Parts: sequence; C-alpha cells; structure tokens
Amino acid sequence: MVVKVYGATYAACPLRVMTCLFELGFQFDLIKVDLQSGEQKQPQNLLRQPFGQVPSIEDGDFKLFESRAIIRYYAAKSASQGGTNLLGETLEERALVDQWMEVEVNNYNPLIYTMVLQLVVLPQQGQVGDMELVQDCKGKLEKVLDVYEERLSKSKYLGGERFTIADLTHLPNTRFLVEEGGMEDLIKRRKNLHNWWLDISSRPSWLKVMDLPK
Amino acid sequence: MVVKVYGPDYACPKRVILCLIEKEIDYETVDVDLLKGEHLSPQAMILKLCAESRAIIRYYAEKYRSQGSELLGKTIEERGLIEQWLDVEAHNFQPPLYDLVYQLLINPKTGVASDPKRIQEDEEKLAKTLDVYEKRLSVSKYLASDTFSLADLSHIPFSNYLVTTLKKGYLIRDRKNVSRWWDDISSRPSWKKVLELHPPVF
Repeated sequence: MVVKVYGATYAACPLRVMTCLFELGFQFDLIKVDLQSGEQKQPQNLLRQPFGQVPSIEDGDFKLFESRAIIRYYAAKSASQGGTNLLGETLEERALVDQWMEVEVNNYNPLIYTMVLQLVVLPQQGQVGDMELVQDCKGKLEKVLDVYEERLSKSKYLGGERFTIADLTHLPNTRFLVEEGGMEDLIKRRKNLHNWWLDISSRPSWLKVMDLPK
Repeated sequence: MVVKVYGPDYACPKRVILCLIEKEIDYETVDVDLLKGEHLSPQAMILKLCAESRAIIRYYAEKYRSQGSELLGKTIEERGLIEQWLDVEAHNFQPPLYDLVYQLLINPKTGVASDPKRIQEDEEKLAKTLDVYEKRLSVSKYLASDTFSLADLSHIPFSNYLVTTLKKGYLIRDRKNVSRWWDDISSRPSWKKVLELHPPVF
C-alpha cells in the first residue's frame, strides 16, 4: 500500500516524514498542499489536520498527523516487521532516542521556528522580520548547540552508536539553519556537531528528499 | 533502585508521578522550591523540571508494559494515534497554558508585571486548541481511542490549573465533550492520589 503524504517539498515537517519513509523503504505519494495560498487552512485539509498544518498521512484507512508521531509510527512498524530499526534496540536506547526527540521539540525547534518566521515567512508576506528577535534566538541556540556538542563528543549519534529517528528529526531544521538562516558557522565551529551534520546530511534518504522537485 | 522524582509540587513532575502510579511503580520525591532555586531563575527551574517529562513517561509506560494500566494502546496504529495526541499536547496545548501559569501565577510571586495582551493571546490559542479537542472527543471517548492512554494522562496536571487557581474552568465547561472527558480523566484514582500526596503550591 502506497502511503499518501499531504504536504510540500519545501516545508520542514513534511521533509521529516518523507526522509523517514525513504530510509525505511515505505513507498509514498506526495500530494501537494499549496502553503503559499493557505490551502492548509481550507476545509479539505482541516479534515486531515484540524490545526490547519502539514503534513498528514493516509495509509489505507489509517490516518495520522504530527510529523514526529508519523515517523515514530513508521519506525515502529518497520522494526516490528523485521525491517530497518530506527527506534533503538534496547528499551534504554529507545528512551535516549525519545529524550533527544524531546530535546528537539523543546529546545531546538522553537528557536529555529521563530527564526524561519522572521527571516522567511514574514518577508514573503511583505512584512519586516524582527532582526533583534533573530539575534536573541541565535544567542540561545549557541547554548543549546553546546549541549549537542557535548553529547556528540561521547556518542556517534544522539541516541547512541546508531543512526535513529532522534538524528533524522533534526535534518530539516538544521538545513534551514545552514542555508536560509545563513548560520552555518554555528555548526562548523563545533567539531562533533559538524561531523554529525556532515554524516546525517549525506545519507541517501536525505539527498533523495532534497532532490525532489520544489 | 527506587525512581526519584524532583519537584513534585509542580505540574511536569506530576505528569511523571501520575504515570508511575498508573503503572504501579514505587517512587520517591525530592522537594524543590521553585522560588529558591539553586542560582536559577524560577523560569529556568521550571524548564529544568519539565525537561523531557514526556520522554520519561514513555519510558516507564513501555518498560512496565505488563503491569498497571495499559497506556500505550494495543496496536501499532493505536500507539501512532497516542503519539499524535502527545505531540498535539506538546505543541498546541501546553505552550499557551504554560505561559498563562507563568503570567498569572508565577510572575506575581516574583514581583514581575503580567502582560494582558499575552494573556489574551494565550487564552485565544488555548480556546482554538480546545475547539479541536471538542470535535475529536465528540467521536472518541478519549483522545487517541476509546481507552485512556498516555496522551490523556499528559494533559491532566496543567489542565488542573485551569479549573483551580487560573479560574479559567469555563474553557473546559463551555465545551460539552471536553467537559465530559475532563470529568472522567480527573476522577481517576491515580490523579486523586497525586493531589492528595502532592498538593499544588499555586
């Protein structure tokens, strides 16, 4: 069964899901939702995602939204079918994977999200972004990235010695930081973080997603 | 080795304690005073106590799968829906509610002025989220399915502030299905025990 993914190839959360599906070998069709025109807020999409956001998936009768819930689901499905395990092997490894997924939600995503709003979304709507806010976020991000640097000095990937969804979940936001954010130096200045970024961003699944037509 | 939970007075640690009680796991608590926090501001202290509480409850719900209440569903699909509503709680429910607690309950204690505009925005965001919940709970007994799960549990400690010291219980009461759901989950013996053993301090 081919999974239907509702979203866009230029938005972070759909990218998270598509990368995961490529990693795990689950076939999908991307059904485009036009974010520029606000299609995500239209009644048709609200039926799929009541907060008017993307992505959402339809897998036969099964429907799900929230990109991190979606990647957890497919990671669990793959592991249970004896396929690629991106969840972690032991209960303790899985807990560390969960922990770093939470860290991304609580400490990383909010800062990047604010910067995306100020640097990309508001200007697209003809408004001026708040550069002071961006600088403030950057300052906070430095401290957060120090924590990641420390972790990655002790372990190859965030959850342990294996690539998992804890690393995958960071791909879209980190790409923004390095590209539109113009803050590649934040990553480059931290040796372990930089090596980790080079490693995960060169995975075939990510390269495939980056190659999808905008 | 008994689990130690820091800061039982506060909501995020209560989330963990609630899970431990549901799973019949013994625990100890270590008191933390938010306002006298070890060189950290109350804001930093709360974040420290909140950090990764959802990862902790996932861990214990999984590790002790075979005892206490089943909080993770029976199938992978049900688990998927539980994860979805846990994420909704993290992104759309807790942030505005957390800010309301901060503005209306913590700031006065530290002599910081509250921001009426922000309070109004928080309430509007929360109301929109609760409208989504109202729709969902009109077709499902609990958020993920017809069985109580970790997704419902995660909402309880912060929701308690709405119906008590925040005095915004109407956000729940004005919504028939949300009201029914709240009455159900807040009358669970585990939550009653949490309130009895660790009464909220604000």
